[in-house]
Amino acid sequence: MNGVHDLGGMHGFGPIEREENEPKYHAAWEARAHALASSANGFYTIDESRSGIERMDPVAYLAASYYERWLATLETNLVEKGILTREEIAARHALYAADPARPVPRNDDPIATERAIARRRGSQPADIDPPLPRFAVGAAVMTRNLHPVGHTRLPRYARGKRCAIVAVRGRMIFPDTHFDGREGAWQWAYTVRFAARELWGDAAEPNGSVHLDVWEEYLDPA
Amino acid sequence: MAEMTAPPTAYPEPYPASRTKALESLLVEKGLLTTDHIDAIVRRFEQDIGPLKGAKVVARAWVDPAFRARLLADGASAIMELGLDRGAPLVVLENTPGVHNVVVCTLCSCYPWSVLGLPPTWYKSPAYRSRVVIEPRAVLREFGLTLPETTEIRVWDSSSDLRYMVLPERPAGTEAMTEADLATLVTRDAMIGVAIAHAPARGAAAGTD
Repeated sequence: MNGVHDLGGMHGFGPIEREENEPKYHAAWEARAHALASSANGFYTIDESRSGIERMDPVAYLAASYYERWLATLETNLVEKGILTREEIAARHALYAADPARPVPRNDDPIATERAIARRRGSQPADIDPPLPRFAVGAAVMTRNLHPVGHTRLPRYARGKRCAIVAVRGRMIFPDTHFDGREGAWQWAYTVRFAARELWGDAAEPNGSVHLDVWEEYLDPA
Repeated sequence: MAEMTAPPTAYPEPYPASRTKALESLLVEKGLLTTDHIDAIVRRFEQDIGPLKGAKVVARAWVDPAFRARLLADGASAIMELGLDRGAPLVVLENTPGVHNVVVCTLCSCYPWSVLGLPPTWYKSPAYRSRVVIEPRAVLREFGLTLPETTEIRVWDSSSDLRYMVLPERPAGTEAMTEADLATLVTRDAMIGVAIAHAPARGAAAGTD
């Protein structure tokens, strides 16, 4: 989707603010939410996780911290997978908001732990006779001018642009069909190189290039 | 004389703190996740030594050409030789006198956790993600690094499952340093590509004299 998350090349965000000796987390809940999202992501794919963030309200997206975005997509995906309901989350949240000292229950069932770990294992391409890559290193290609309303990993700045294949990276799950629970098709993935001038025209700085990982379906021969 | 009021024992928490508790409590009650499992992941992140992992990898590559070749060919397998977890597929980008590499993820915040640990907030910020693809030289200058126009700047936008790490150039004047001392010259920022590695300042105790 043409979402606010697709930031490459945008203007107006100002200088890059850095924090000296930055701690790993800025609040205890961040560590907990991070671990929760990491351990729950067996219920959904990484592309579904990204899609949940991309579908945040754009104003909320820009206002949110990194871990607030993780929390938002965790909740969205748990609801969309039918694992939790909005109502039970809201009811439970009201209890903790009213009483911050209220303990979180423990569950240390080792079988449930095994199940949670097994759920997180990734899948492998199953084709017995995989297709050959369509493009070879050095090939001149062009990215397609795609504007899907769903998830994609082809950023706006890189659509409809000439580039060259610099590496064939093997087959990876196609993100554009892997975000909504459909079984992702495995596709050849490549790294392509764009000259900065192809992307940014006269605004390009001298002697620069951008490299991007793309799936076969994003490309046409140039 | 007025009595002292007791301070409140609990302040209201920010929304995400109580929201996190709500989700955790529901998931563990249903047996979908366990406290042990969540605790173990928290510990793993908290004990992670972060960019020290990558610094060891870089120092080894500086002193061991065969390791360097293996690292550039298959980063994830090579880092296991140093006892690191394999992690995501890792592509190591070699800086040379004519080429400087810098890594970003414009669409989210993909980062080479297996070698650098958790990303700094600036790496995840809209300012960095939006700017470094269109004006990398301006961004590098903001980080204090000005490179000549004869050096090609290659920006790597991490859009797939591959993760990218920069192998900085070994600074001149470090020929006598040990691998362990060399590792201290390698910063997180140099492995993202917004900085370079520097030799120790003259007179600094680097154990080389």
